[in-house]
Amino acid sequence: MEKFTTLQSRAIPLQIENVDTDQIIPARFLKATDRKGFGDNVFRDWRYHKDGSTNSDFVLNNSKYEGSILVAGDNFGCGSSREHAAWAITDFGFKVVVSSFFADIFKGNALNNGLLPVQVSEDFLKKLLNQIENDPETMIEVNLEDQTISVKGLDVSAHFDIDSYKKTCMINGYDDIDYLVNNIKLIETFEAQKIY
Amino acid sequence: MGKTLFDKVWDSHVVNTIENGPQILYVDKHLIHEVTSPQAFNELEDRGISVLRPDQIVATADHNTPTQNQDQPITDELSRKQLEQLSKNCKKNNIALYELGHKYNGIVHVMAPELGVTQPGITMVCGDSHTSTHGAFGAIAFGIGTSQVAQVFASQCLLLTKPKSLRVTVNGKLKNGVLPKDVILYIIAKLGTNSGTGYFCEYAGNVFEEMSMEGRMTVCNMSIEMGARGGMIAPDQATFDYVEGREFAPKGEEFENKVAYWKTLPTDKDAQFDKEYHFDAEDIEPMVTYGTNPGMGIKISERIPEVSDASFEKSLKYMNFKKGESLINKPINFVFIGSCTNSRIEDFRVAANYIKGKQKANNVTAWLVPGSKQVEAQIIKEGLKTVFEDAGFELRQPGCSACLAMNDDKIPQDEYCVSTSNRNFEGRQGQGSRTILASPLVAAATAVEGKIIDITKQLN
Repeated sequence: MEKFTTLQSRAIPLQIENVDTDQIIPARFLKATDRKGFGDNVFRDWRYHKDGSTNSDFVLNNSKYEGSILVAGDNFGCGSSREHAAWAITDFGFKVVVSSFFADIFKGNALNNGLLPVQVSEDFLKKLLNQIENDPETMIEVNLEDQTISVKGLDVSAHFDIDSYKKTCMINGYDDIDYLVNNIKLIETFEAQKIY
Repeated sequence: MGKTLFDKVWDSHVVNTIENGPQILYVDKHLIHEVTSPQAFNELEDRGISVLRPDQIVATADHNTPTQNQDQPITDELSRKQLEQLSKNCKKNNIALYELGHKYNGIVHVMAPELGVTQPGITMVCGDSHTSTHGAFGAIAFGIGTSQVAQVFASQCLLLTKPKSLRVTVNGKLKNGVLPKDVILYIIAKLGTNSGTGYFCEYAGNVFEEMSMEGRMTVCNMSIEMGARGGMIAPDQATFDYVEGREFAPKGEEFENKVAYWKTLPTDKDAQFDKEYHFDAEDIEPMVTYGTNPGMGIKISERIPEVSDASFEKSLKYMNFKKGESLINKPINFVFIGSCTNSRIEDFRVAANYIKGKQKANNVTAWLVPGSKQVEAQIIKEGLKTVFEDAGFELRQPGCSACLAMNDDKIPQDEYCVSTSNRNFEGRQGQGSRTILASPLVAAATAVEGKIIDITKQLN
């Protein structure tokens, strides 16, 4: 997994609540057997009309905005457990998603793929979205070590929470599988002694 | 202080706790399917790790399978390759696979309980968010991502922080025509789609105690639609009776010993929950959804609420509905009875009971898709297939089908579908399709009438 410490980037504002993983990557694109290439179809049915033409109203198609931070409405990533959603977002080039609330499974999937979910208050999210829409050039800094997200040049900043174990994993690029495999002895002992 | 059902099962599965971090949770049963497992197998291979406990894994093909001509080669190349990959991976790793056509094949959350794989007091995971279904047996069951599928392959464990606890109690007598699907749609409409995020939910009260196992599965299935990772119902005699005698259920003395243990699992009287909600069964009526998330539900006789909110309005625009509008008499051209929520024998009995002696409306295309080969066989055995066919319905072959429209069962652009599935997200049943979630009874009535009717008027 890629390491994450700090990121400075412009951001894309997605002013939609309850973005479900079917919108992030529709089911018809889940037939692949590897992890690559899902970015081409991220938010497919919002980015493109059914005839394949580009939907210029959708924010990802608005040339005013760019960057590797996605700022989205409340309850981001609800619905299906498909990790393809996290793969599609990272493959498109995002490294951070900011929202006031994340669905559990998506949050875990993001962390397992080096995509940092930054949960902020609803007030801060509103402020951030307004700032980006008023000035698309706005630079945002996310510092994982300090657990802060701030708008460069303005006095707008917030602290975000992250599990300390997951923080260490993100900073060092470790993943859970390494940790678990190193604990097989413990797991085998548990199996031999389980009470149920 | 007493323990909850969830505490008892969780705590008995903790291998170790990392200081200031997550716990290592042991997984008893791992269910896999073709869509979320291939990348996990690749990951293991890339790292040179083998599957630790292949005998604790059960595989089926369901998401991407056709519901017609299953004996023929699959025409869609990508789908065929994905299924071939699953077969190859299972064979190579000695994993039991109930592939397309096998008498035990079916939707993972229908076939595993049928086989007795699902049991009280165990932990179960699957790369599918509706794994919450199995909580109906008093198991801790939840959906995981593909990285976690790989973790379970490698270690039979997951690193997790224990969720908080939530209890939803429904007491009273359900009205005629109110089905388990209506109960859960009502709860989600009341609590919203993220009220359960970070929680595991226990359903309690006489309404759930009196429900069949099929009904309990319908309820627990949709726990994820209010954000809860899982839902649970305390195991009782109905649970033990369902499990007993099934293929992989414990037998003889072992079964008796298990039952004695399972009886210790229900929540202690003095246990505390982090959050509690109470509802009266009498307040629940047949439900329909009108928006693009499962929380946007109303009683069938109610009107769409007048809410001023950008996301709400975006949702109504997609559905082509107006604030204050009633759904009664809305013409409907598509009806889907199936999915891991409502494709068990009881669901088809309800539908057949309504349909018997009536005819499907000419404007309606209806897909009746059993959850498994065993459900399909039971439908035929009970003569329900004849009832459906006499009424102009077609019974298809098992699979996830139009619930997520990965196969050819897609609802066309702009069309409404009254569906017994679990998600009404934009495009969920096909690009531009508009889903109205409902019970098998409301779906059957819609198929007969060609429009949504107030079913309560027929029942009273």
